[in-house]
Amino acid sequence: MSARRIFARPARFAAIAPYVWMVLFFLVPFAFVLKISLSQTAIAQPPYEPVFDLTAGWDAIRAAFAALSIDNFKLLGSDDLYIYAYVRSVTVAVTATAILLLIGYPIAYGMARLPKRWQAVAMVLVIVPFWTSFLIRIYAWINILQHDGLLNKILLVLHVVSAPVVWLSTDTAMYIGIVYSYLPFMILPLYATLAKMEPALEEAASDLGAPPWQVFWLVTFPLSLPGVGAGVLLCFIPIVGEFVIPDLLAGSNALMIGQTLWLEFFTNKDWPVASSAAIVLLVVLLLPLLLYERLQRRQLEQGR
Amino acid sequence: MRKLNRLSRFNIASLVLGLAFLYLPIVILVIYSFNASRLVTVWGGWSLRWYVEFFNDRAMIEAAWMSLRVAVASASIATVLGTLAAVALSRGERFGGRTLFSGMLYAPLVMPEVITGLSLLLLFVALNAERGFWTVTIAHTTLTMCFVAVVVQSRLGSLDRSLEEAAMDLGCNPVSAFLSVTLPLIAPAIVAGWMLAFTLSLDDLVIASFTTGPGSATLPIRIYSEVRLGVKPEINAICTLVIGLIAIVIVLASLASKLSSSQGESAAPL
Repeated sequence: MSARRIFARPARFAAIAPYVWMVLFFLVPFAFVLKISLSQTAIAQPPYEPVFDLTAGWDAIRAAFAALSIDNFKLLGSDDLYIYAYVRSVTVAVTATAILLLIGYPIAYGMARLPKRWQAVAMVLVIVPFWTSFLIRIYAWINILQHDGLLNKILLVLHVVSAPVVWLSTDTAMYIGIVYSYLPFMILPLYATLAKMEPALEEAASDLGAPPWQVFWLVTFPLSLPGVGAGVLLCFIPIVGEFVIPDLLAGSNALMIGQTLWLEFFTNKDWPVASSAAIVLLVVLLLPLLLYERLQRRQLEQGR
Repeated sequence: MRKLNRLSRFNIASLVLGLAFLYLPIVILVIYSFNASRLVTVWGGWSLRWYVEFFNDRAMIEAAWMSLRVAVASASIATVLGTLAAVALSRGERFGGRTLFSGMLYAPLVMPEVITGLSLLLLFVALNAERGFWTVTIAHTTLTMCFVAVVVQSRLGSLDRSLEEAAMDLGCNPVSAFLSVTLPLIAPAIVAGWMLAFTLSLDDLVIASFTTGPGSATLPIRIYSEVRLGVKPEINAICTLVIGLIAIVIVLASLASKLSSSQGESAAPL
């Protein structure tokens, strides 16, 4: 015990460098986002004002503070474009996460029931796509879904359709892309809890006369809830702010908030509005983020 | 009878279909990169012409070189910082600001990249830093050190702590106990962490787009701007090369984590 405590002291010093780094490059930047979200757009470099200049003296700073306003947030709250983008982002994320859970659960369940040796193989097979470039995987789907792509060819040969179907620039394509990209994030936490589950529990339920669906619904599923929670959060949070997938696969008539932010920033050069959009997005995600942090911490500190 | 019941037909079907769904698009992409035809959808026989095309495309080569340098630099810094963070979290017991620390480390794992990218850019602008190699490297380090920390921390958590304590009972001070006992045991997880950081950096489009400056595009930025214009066989070739590179990294990483798991519980690269 005491050795443990002596060990802890230098271990704490190890925190200094990463701590400083994260404060500097993760926490402090949010202060800048907040500040610029309260600034006005300007045709200048950088394209916003007031620019705080600490060398300009106290009065200048006070004047700058007085010039801060919540106009950008009012704009976000009054313009249908933005409200619609937030609603769409959350709707897409909820729908996609539900589909991911429906597809991911059977796969994770199947993995957990494989013989131990094969489980390791299956796990590597699920992790590998996670390592492969996100962009490349979306690009692979553009290959398949384009007008004269493989999917349409197969459907035509099988006489399922009589003319090529438009897949690209539709919500269907976007959902395929999202599900495809996030599937490993759903499967892995589910598999982790399902693999740890005591098979005797399911057997006991079945010996006591429960039909398979009841065994699953009353025993297996409730016990896998921590994995379900982790998987859902791990998918839901990033999907809400997703940019690349809707940009490349969905149509341009309905935007998600990540796209609006990107558009304001890169095309319209409206940094203050982009910052406000980021702040609102952060507020929307605050609760799921806190929940996720809690789950992650508990999982890692129990030492799996 | 129980044994037979364990793996139902439904289980096998969902596994096979799931894995096919995950791999088929990539396989198709790789096959079409060897297509001789200029039309991406028409098969014109096997050819390496698109690879030749890529190696003659100076802008692409420069972007690839930039991406590789950023990935190596950021993965290396991230591995050092992430390992330190993991040690502090799993061995430091309680310390001031611990909750904030773990929060800052776990949040970027799921934080939408547009937010991370935008916030870092605003910081760099405020600091008047010249945007390019270093700003992207710092941004990628910030993201990937969190992944390294999680991988190393999960390894540290499954490690038998009596080993360190024995070393200290035998007269080691904490630092030398760490260096001679703990570090060799977590080395495979550290290697796996480096490789994860490397591939994440190589992949990233959004954060790099925000934090890079004019004239220093990374490979994903170039690929993205080409992809927006439509499918091009040359892109298939580049993507195949990237997949090949990442495949090599994965093989090395899984060897490393196999080493790690043969000494204890698994430290999966996630």
